[in-house]
Formats: sequence, C-alpha cells, structure tokens
Amino acid sequence: MINGISINYYILLSAILFIIGSIGVMARRNSIIIFMCIELMLNAVNLLLVSFSTLHNDARGQVFVFFIMAVAAAEVAVGLAILSMIYRNVKSIDTHLLNNLKN
Amino acid sequence: MLGYTITQWLFGILSFLAIMFGLLVVFSRNPVNSVLYLVMTFFCIAGHYLLMNAQFLAIVHIVVYAGAIMVLFLFIIMLMNLNEDTEPQKTWITKIIAAVAGGLMLFVLVGSLKGSEQLALNVHGSTQIGLVKNLGVVLFKDFLFPFEIASILLLAALVGAILIGKKEVK
Repeated sequence: MINGISINYYILLSAILFIIGSIGVMARRNSIIIFMCIELMLNAVNLLLVSFSTLHNDARGQVFVFFIMAVAAAEVAVGLAILSMIYRNVKSIDTHLLNNLKN
Repeated sequence: MLGYTITQWLFGILSFLAIMFGLLVVFSRNPVNSVLYLVMTFFCIAGHYLLMNAQFLAIVHIVVYAGAIMVLFLFIIMLMNLNEDTEPQKTWITKIIAAVAGGLMLFVLVGSLKGSEQLALNVHGSTQIGLVKNLGVVLFKDFLFPFEIASILLLAALVGAILIGKKEVK
C-alpha cells in the first residue's frame, strides 16, 4: 500500500495510459500525433517505475525515470528534426505518403 | 468522506483526469488541441508523483515535459501550419481494429499483472527517497557513470538535430 492506495490501482492506471498511447499510434496518421502518443506510453511506464520504487522504498527506480526523461528529450529533438526535414521535402507528414522505401 | 481518505480521493480524481485527457489527445482532430491536452495529462502525472512524495521527479517532469518537449511540439506544429483541414483521417475500420486490439492488450496486461498484490511490501512509514537530497546521493554515488553517458547522449542528440535540420548546401 502507498498511502493507503494498493499498487494494483497504479498498475491499472499505467496499463490504461499505455493502451491509450498504443491505440493512438495505431489509429492516427499524423506523424506528430504518433510521436506524442509514444511520449504518453513512456510516461505510463515512468509512473509505474516511480510507484514501484516508492513501494519498495528504493531510489534506483526514480533515478531510472530520470534517465528515461533524458533519453526521451534526446529522442524528441532528433525525431522532430527528421519530421521537419520530411515536411520540407514531401510537404506532408501523413504516414501514408511516406512509403517511398516500398518501391 | 464516504470511507475514503483524502489521498485516495486525490488519486481517483487525478487518475480520472489523466485518462480523460489522454483519450482527448488521441481523439481530438486539431493537433494543437492534442498538444495542450497532452500537457494537461503530464500535469496530472506530475500530481501523481507528488502524491508518492517524489518531489524532485514531479518538478523535473513539469520542467522537461510541459516546459521543453511540448513547446517544441507546439513550435513544429505551428511551423507546419497544421490544423483540422489538413488532418489526415484513417478509415473507420482501421480505427475500430485499433480500439479492439488495444482493448485486448489491456485485457492481457491487467490479467497478467493482477496477482502482483502478493509482492513483498517493504514500506516504512512515509517514504523520503523522492527528495532531492536522497536522490542526489544515489545519482552521484551509484549512477555517476550512466549520468555522464547521458550527458554525452544529449550532446550527440543536439549535434544530430542541428545536422539533420540544416538546409543542404548545394
């Protein structure tokens, strides 16, 4: 129990947030929205890490979350640079138009 | 109040808000609205961190995500001039399939993680590990090398982003 809240509720909340993110990745065609949904999934995992770290009274989980945030920031910087480059060349970020590798 | 403590009420309200704003991120048609809803979701998650007394992470979460990353998203969306009219839509069948697949995945995740209440609980009263002092000791004692590697990663990402985003010289 964390302050009278069972860990099961945190697992449920993180699972729901993760699933919302993955539904967004599957159901949307705008690359930027897909990127944002990936951020949402990362945050669901972060929440679960922090809750388990609090449960076991172990600071390493929170340090790990800190590193995940650093990696996410780097990923977003490079990803958005690539997206703006794609937009400059194709004039769109629709994922259905980005199938040049196929043929 | 109705047999629940104030912490449980806060947890319920924050969870509801986080899930609602998360759904709005996916289902709103205007990308700018999506970004703003995602910022609200991040604030709710920061509230959860505060509830678990992870103060350092809550502040870092707001500063890094709501302050830096989402502003970057907003800039890119405004740069590309995206709005509802240019928003590509998937067909209904794809959306339904995505929802069904997500629901099944939720079923599997919850079903497989349900038994975790038998985990060994090891809480000694109110936890203090989320404070800057304790977290800093762990970060700079046990995780000094990964910390330096993370700085190199950020430098590499900085150089890479500039190099990719630069206009080609002809």
